[in-house]
Amino acid sequence: MSQFSACKPMTRTEMAARVARDIPEGWYVNLGIGAPLQIADHVPTEREVIFHSENGVLGMGPAPTPDAINRWLINAGKQYVTLRTGGSYMHHTDSFALIRGGHLDLCVLGAFQVAENGDIANWAISDNDTAPAVGGAMDLATGARQLWVLMEHTTKSGDSRLVRRCTYPLTALGAVKRVYTNLAVLDVTAEGFAVRDMVPGLTLDSLQKLTDAPLRMATPNERGDQCRAL
Amino acid sequence: MINKIVPSMAEAMAAIPDGAVVLLGGFGSIGQPNALIEGLIEQGAKDLTIVSNNAGTGRTGLARLLELGRVRKIICSYPRSAGSVVFEEVYRAGKIELEIVPQGTMSERMRAAGAGIAAFYTATAVGTKLAAGKEEREIGGRRYLLEQALEGDVALIEAWEADRWGNLTYRSSARNFNPVMATAAKLTIAQAQHIVELGALDPEKIATPGIYVNRVLHVPYGEPTVT
Repeated sequence: MSQFSACKPMTRTEMAARVARDIPEGWYVNLGIGAPLQIADHVPTEREVIFHSENGVLGMGPAPTPDAINRWLINAGKQYVTLRTGGSYMHHTDSFALIRGGHLDLCVLGAFQVAENGDIANWAISDNDTAPAVGGAMDLATGARQLWVLMEHTTKSGDSRLVRRCTYPLTALGAVKRVYTNLAVLDVTAEGFAVRDMVPGLTLDSLQKLTDAPLRMATPNERGDQCRAL
Repeated sequence: MINKIVPSMAEAMAAIPDGAVVLLGGFGSIGQPNALIEGLIEQGAKDLTIVSNNAGTGRTGLARLLELGRVRKIICSYPRSAGSVVFEEVYRAGKIELEIVPQGTMSERMRAAGAGIAAFYTATAVGTKLAAGKEEREIGGRRYLLEQALEGDVALIEAWEADRWGNLTYRSSARNFNPVMATAAKLTIAQAQHIVELGALDPEKIATPGIYVNRVLHVPYGEPTVT
């Protein structure tokens, strides 16, 4: 991590909290399995954000205490969860109709790669992957009104996950609107990745050195566009 | 008098033929008709095509059916998960055909089958390798794939309560694929935790009306475990 000597990359928890900060009250949100599920823990209960789980739960709440587990209530990651007051159940086809029909304000997924044109690869690591598992990723990436990605900026070996073109099998074309990494928050624009935010101490130049795709700073206008664009 | 409640597993499993397409409810182990899967293992039908979100875990249930070489093909969205050891063995050994389908496309293909719709266009999977061999069409400036209805010969599902007409309720997220699979098969067999008198179910809460259900077996097994 010598490249980061001037700055401190965010931890998984800090990344989840950073995404949570940007989710306004009233949004219906699906969180992908893995790291994105943590985002829910960072949205204060008084801010009414309604979480959907693909297996037919709308209004998903946090994990239950050990003495209050409903054994029939799990999330997409097959962990026990709770139902908030006002929550509801639906069957799978309705759950995915809700996804495909564009009723979710936001989906946040993990990914292996995001391309500067918004392509996402998050379900298989090669074309020869034995028995890949897509689950609901393609439906969510294509169907939600907007897709954000939460992922490390680079692979463990230092390869950029923000790329010009994805080399891993695609999940959806041109779907990603924003990427949250452990180093920066970037919008996907018609002119490629625009950096909205970086961890303290990081410069655009040093971020670019870690990134395959070309980067530019978002204009003040673009940064302010967040809510108007929705 | 209509009575869809069958007294034994043997009657529940009667006449499931070799080569059948079998829809299996459940998301992971929740809402999964474990007793009926054991019944199918016992019953002996082979050369099956299984439609299930997952491909089984451990060495029991669906995993056991795979291990016994009774499944020719599996259609699912998420075959690989912690504990899916048997699936990975038979898949690597080339003993099973796998069709990966995005989860929502899989459930919608069954909805279409149950609703008399031959095929439908969806934007899901456009431009990905799961689009291979599928007709693509642009409608209103957006690209879509043509997906075919997916009909079952048999559906094995799990319900919470059932009455003798086959009306069903479900419990929390155990509802999942069960209602749509009930509509999409020629023969729908439900296991239910509770059998109640006709009229005892609140009509407002019946999630699967009995028209979709052929047989009900009472299986009061208690609480599920996540696997």
